Amino acid sequence: MNSEILGVLLMYLLVVLLAIPLGRYIGKIFNYEPTWLDRLFNPIDNLFFKLSGINPKTEMTWKQHAIALLTINFIWFLICMLILTNMSNLPLNPDNNPSMSGDLAFNTAVSFVTNTNLQHYSGESGLSYLGQLILMLWQFISAGTGIAICAVVFAAMQSRTVATLGNFYSFFVRSCTRILFPIAVIVAITLVFNGVPMTFAGKDTITTLQGDTVMVSRGPVAGFVAIKQIGTNGGGFFGPNSAHPFENPNYFTNVVETVSISLIPIAMIFALGYVLKRKKLANVIFGVMTAGFLLLCIPSIMNEMQGNKAIENMGIAQNMGSMEGKEVRFGSAASAYWAITTTTTSNGSVNSMHDSMTPLTGMYALLGMMVNSFYGGVGVGFLNFYIFIILAVFISGLMVGRTPEFLGKKIEAKEMKIAMVIALLHPLLILTGTALASFLYIQNPEAYSSWLANPGNHGFSEMLYEFTSSSANNGSGFEGLGDNTPFWNIACGIVMLLARYLPIIGPVAIAGILAGKKYIPESAGTLKTDTSTFGLMVFAVMAIVAALAFFPALTLGPIAEYFSLIN
Amino acid sequence: MKSNFVPALRLTFLLLVFFSCIYTCLILVIAQLSSNKGNGEVVQSGNLYYYTNIGQNFSADKYFNSRPSAVNYNAAGAGGSNKGPTNPEYLAIVQSRIDTILIKNPTVTTAQIPSELVTASGSGLDPHLSVEAAEIQAPRIAKIRNVNENTIYQLIQSNIEQPLFGIFGTTKVNVLKLNLALDNLN
Repeated sequence: MNSEILGVLLMYLLVVLLAIPLGRYIGKIFNYEPTWLDRLFNPIDNLFFKLSGINPKTEMTWKQHAIALLTINFIWFLICMLILTNMSNLPLNPDNNPSMSGDLAFNTAVSFVTNTNLQHYSGESGLSYLGQLILMLWQFISAGTGIAICAVVFAAMQSRTVATLGNFYSFFVRSCTRILFPIAVIVAITLVFNGVPMTFAGKDTITTLQGDTVMVSRGPVAGFVAIKQIGTNGGGFFGPNSAHPFENPNYFTNVVETVSISLIPIAMIFALGYVLKRKKLANVIFGVMTAGFLLLCIPSIMNEMQGNKAIENMGIAQNMGSMEGKEVRFGSAASAYWAITTTTTSNGSVNSMHDSMTPLTGMYALLGMMVNSFYGGVGVGFLNFYIFIILAVFISGLMVGRTPEFLGKKIEAKEMKIAMVIALLHPLLILTGTALASFLYIQNPEAYSSWLANPGNHGFSEMLYEFTSSSANNGSGFEGLGDNTPFWNIACGIVMLLARYLPIIGPVAIAGILAGKKYIPESAGTLKTDTSTFGLMVFAVMAIVAALAFFPALTLGPIAEYFSLIN
Repeated sequence: MKSNFVPALRLTFLLLVFFSCIYTCLILVIAQLSSNKGNGEVVQSGNLYYYTNIGQNFSADKYFNSRPSAVNYNAAGAGGSNKGPTNPEYLAIVQSRIDTILIKNPTVTTAQIPSELVTASGSGLDPHLSVEAAEIQAPRIAKIRNVNENTIYQLIQSNIEQPLFGIFGTTKVNVLKLNLALDNLN
């Protein structure tokens, strides 16, 4: 069998095999069961709580959880703004990179605090090492926020009436130190020994074999790349992200990084099964997500391996597939697999340039972000999926004439309203943003000529992709878009904020309200949610919402481009 | 919100110490055990050294030419072309690269040119070529260097990097290592 395909199979098998035991471990962390890392982390966590004056045993309601989350995120945003706009006056800046402008700092601060990691700058020239280390902090703790809030929703799904849902700070610190930190250390060490730099030395100047003088950017890369992948952050140390040979030097590191992208998102599903003692439900969710993932992944790999029709017409050989924007050491199969993995999980790191992919692969990447819950981001992926479950329960309840119930709790008008608002928010943000940008561009194509690197339908796709990526808190881009302008910085910043916090508050509110309701034991009249029939129903709801909302926009972009290519 | 503010601020500061300082230092210390102490892998040649993984611009006829680069192999500002697959301007550039290769390598036919040799990589720093992309350049190099063509083919064969564990991923050659070996032939 083709060695590129075998590589992809290896990566998928590895991540599932590792996610099962990791899911059990995460479940134990959420349940406060003893683990073998307690001896190391109990004292550290206790020190954190003691010095910050937090009692980790204080029980919180869903509203108190939401307020604690928003407060600490707001503090992070302020600190981040302060540092990014003052980097040139602060230490650890060997390359003398400048401070950020106000609008770029706003975009970057929002982007990293919301776990998006959309980057309108290039790390080599846009950040000092201090800036990089600060952004790396948000990569840990914004991911920790997502995992913690997912733990709160798990706590609310118990089979009894519960008034309080644990302590936010406790879930948060445990997620950071016991889940993210150990995995990041393992990945970082693996990368360091495979040639990823970890140094505070600035640029090096060398003479090439041919006699040119070139400068080589370096930095504390390995630590940064590890948490970027593990925490579904995706922000690269360098401009080209994991396509850069210093972020991802060989096929082995590529396997490690690809596995790291979807490891925790998949493990969270198994953690759900462990915490709620509902393995069957976890399997159904895993099945639905996997089906969606494969439906996007398989055609993407085939398209990229087949190559670009326009290049084929020139009569040259495309044995390696469509290679514009791709690296020889990864090949097109591993690049396409990465593209779908990173867009379905809200990670957003890239190992090839999505802008140069064949039209339909670009569409599958867009669809991964439009659905945003085939595995999804750490913690928040399940929250998005939870909304679709609620919708599916309600619709199938209506279809068979039963009271809509999920895990023994009745779903009523209030929960449905919240679920609908959250489900529609994502398309609203994407389509409004794209419409606005298209309108501005059409009004004055001369003034905005620096926006688009490609003409026609592909140019439209660049704008659609940027807003989709912002709203999915993904962070990848069709990087031909000239996005470091006040319009893109501010518009994408606002979209990222709304698309991060509302879809967190919504599911927490629903789960919190349901938790307080009377528990109705399962009976013959209950609609079973842990069957493949219900899984199919959830999948149908996701497909219909995505198709109705996004099909027209996709027709104008990648689909039109595809048909222009085959004619 | 007010009662949350001060504890959250303090906790943030502690996390800053833990993740930005302690974690970074831990990896930094471990990196001292790796090759070139975490400064990036290098290959030594006489007094000079080169970064093994950072591709270089090889445009001279006597060397195996590297892939096109959107940033001309600038390792302090890396990046891809971000050109879409149907962009006419981009397709014209690819066509001109094909024409250049045909002129520089008169024994090569269009159908033999592999796409990676006329397309720019994602990083603009791709250090590799496929084996085919190296082999079609062999006759030109043999002629200029006045060596037997078979010697060049053997050199390529001995520099092939096999897929991971022999079965996962792509087969390729590192252009820098290949060109260094080429210089050492004489």
